[in-house]
Amino acid sequence: MASVSNDAATHRGPGRARWLVVLVPYVWLLLFFVAPFLIILKISLSDTAISMPPYTPVFEGFGAIGDFISELDFENYVFLTDDPLYIQAYISSLRIAVISTLLLLLIGYPMALAMARAPTSIRPTLVMLVILPFWTSFLIRVYAWIGILKPDGLLTLLLQTIGLMGPDDQIQIFRTDTAVFIGIVYSYLPFMVLPLYSALEKMDNTLLEAANDLGCPPLKAFWRITFPLSLPGVIAGSMICFIPITGEFVIPDLLGGADTLMIGKTLWTEFFGNRDWPLASAVAVILLLALVVPIMIFQNQQKKVA
Amino acid sequence: MKSSRFDITVLTLGFAFLYIPIVILVVYSFNASRLVTVWGGFSLHWYASMWSNEGLMDAAWVTARVGVLSATLGTVLGTLAALALVRFQKFPGRMLFSGMIYAPLVMPEVITGLSMLLLFVALGVDRGFWTVIIAHTTFTMCYVAIVVQSRLLTFDRSLEEAALDLGCPPVKTFFKITLPLILPAVVAGWMLAFTLSLDDLVIASFNTGPGATTLPIKIYSQVRLGVTPEINAICTILIGLVTIGVIVASLSTKRAEIRRIRDEHLAQRQGI
Repeated sequence: MASVSNDAATHRGPGRARWLVVLVPYVWLLLFFVAPFLIILKISLSDTAISMPPYTPVFEGFGAIGDFISELDFENYVFLTDDPLYIQAYISSLRIAVISTLLLLLIGYPMALAMARAPTSIRPTLVMLVILPFWTSFLIRVYAWIGILKPDGLLTLLLQTIGLMGPDDQIQIFRTDTAVFIGIVYSYLPFMVLPLYSALEKMDNTLLEAANDLGCPPLKAFWRITFPLSLPGVIAGSMICFIPITGEFVIPDLLGGADTLMIGKTLWTEFFGNRDWPLASAVAVILLLALVVPIMIFQNQQKKVA
Repeated sequence: MKSSRFDITVLTLGFAFLYIPIVILVVYSFNASRLVTVWGGFSLHWYASMWSNEGLMDAAWVTARVGVLSATLGTVLGTLAALALVRFQKFPGRMLFSGMIYAPLVMPEVITGLSMLLLFVALGVDRGFWTVIIAHTTFTMCYVAIVVQSRLLTFDRSLEEAALDLGCPPVKTFFKITLPLILPAVVAGWMLAFTLSLDDLVIASFNTGPGATTLPIKIYSQVRLGVTPEINAICTILIGLVTIGVIVASLSTKRAEIRRIRDEHLAQRQGI
């Protein structure tokens, strides 16, 4: 029957089971992924009230649209734009995400290239070695860096032992932006390497051989052939890293200092610290707006791959 | 192209960067001393104290149950979603549907977590064990869908068509032919979903309630207070479990793949 055919010609009759395949995940995602966004938008436009849950216009069904519009209140957004803290957090998040993505490309690209050039027999092992850290907890991997970067941690010990540092000196990386960059690059490296590798691995090597035969120096061949052909991987990897990094919370919270501003951390503080749900929602909506374009690029890229 | 010395250096440095912190973490879980920089000799002390830490053990149990339930639910929904994406070229709102599958993969967790919490509040649902499961199911199903989708795209449809032509009902065809063939991807999807659930701090923090403290939430609250070797011990156990799981899974999928290729060859030869 039709549950396995995709065109009208081989359509073997109706079937309700066929549509359940689409309907069940569809309804689930509408209810638990799309509906929450509409609610967050609604609540970001509500007044704060000291109650539980802390926001006033409670969701009361899909009432009259007129009511809804008259209730709209941009106070939270005005507040966000008035307070330089939020704007700074916003810009700082984007800055950290851009720099981290560039660092990831700089480190990930040579790794992916080396993997793609490795003998075919060891490639699956190399891929597995890149994936394995990704399977271990994010939190654990960030935690591992605390012990290394702490002023009385292992990096200080190492530098003291090899004599680069006096016995009383301590390295001051922990709770700075540098530690945040290290944590981000470390945590997201597999996400950057894998799409790059899959783009580079598919590449036709005869092109490089042809360039070589025609006397093109290797570096020039790289920029004229390898890099342009790997561009889909570069875009996919950059988006997969850039988008979640912008909203990152765990890394700046555990490795960053009090002056490390990131919007994900701000949202968390507003919600759990200040219990200001409408303001947290407004922060989320603004964060989402910044990410709409990258998310769309990512989706187009994924559809082309599929 | 041959591997140059440059490539070997790059890979060595890259893998050192990826693995040294984890190795250090594991090694220091066996440290008798509480200090990170002092090696006080080999000891299983922190494993014993972790074991007797009731809060930590309760959290581990909650996490395991959340992981199994949400991964299973996520795998069923994700597999259906993958079938919908690959086998249904046209249906109303297909664009929206594929958007809903890809967006959660990159969505910052703070947004997903907060928005889902607000849904539960709006619906008047008390937060706790089940809200965490629903939240985890929602984001893990998308990962499962991607994994299963890639298997379905390289899938030989002729076996299915043969079964249908011979009068096998479609649901039976799915369970007898399609599912066994995509099983490695479904299992891989389940494992991915399980580890993602095990790993999640942010979404769980927003959607949890009394009595449903998961392990990452517990670990996070202890880590904020400082490094303790007890955390190293539980992290080591988690890393060990995940490593064993990944290796077993990759070996078994490799074996299944080999068997499948052999079967296909056999079938082809007999066909001739």
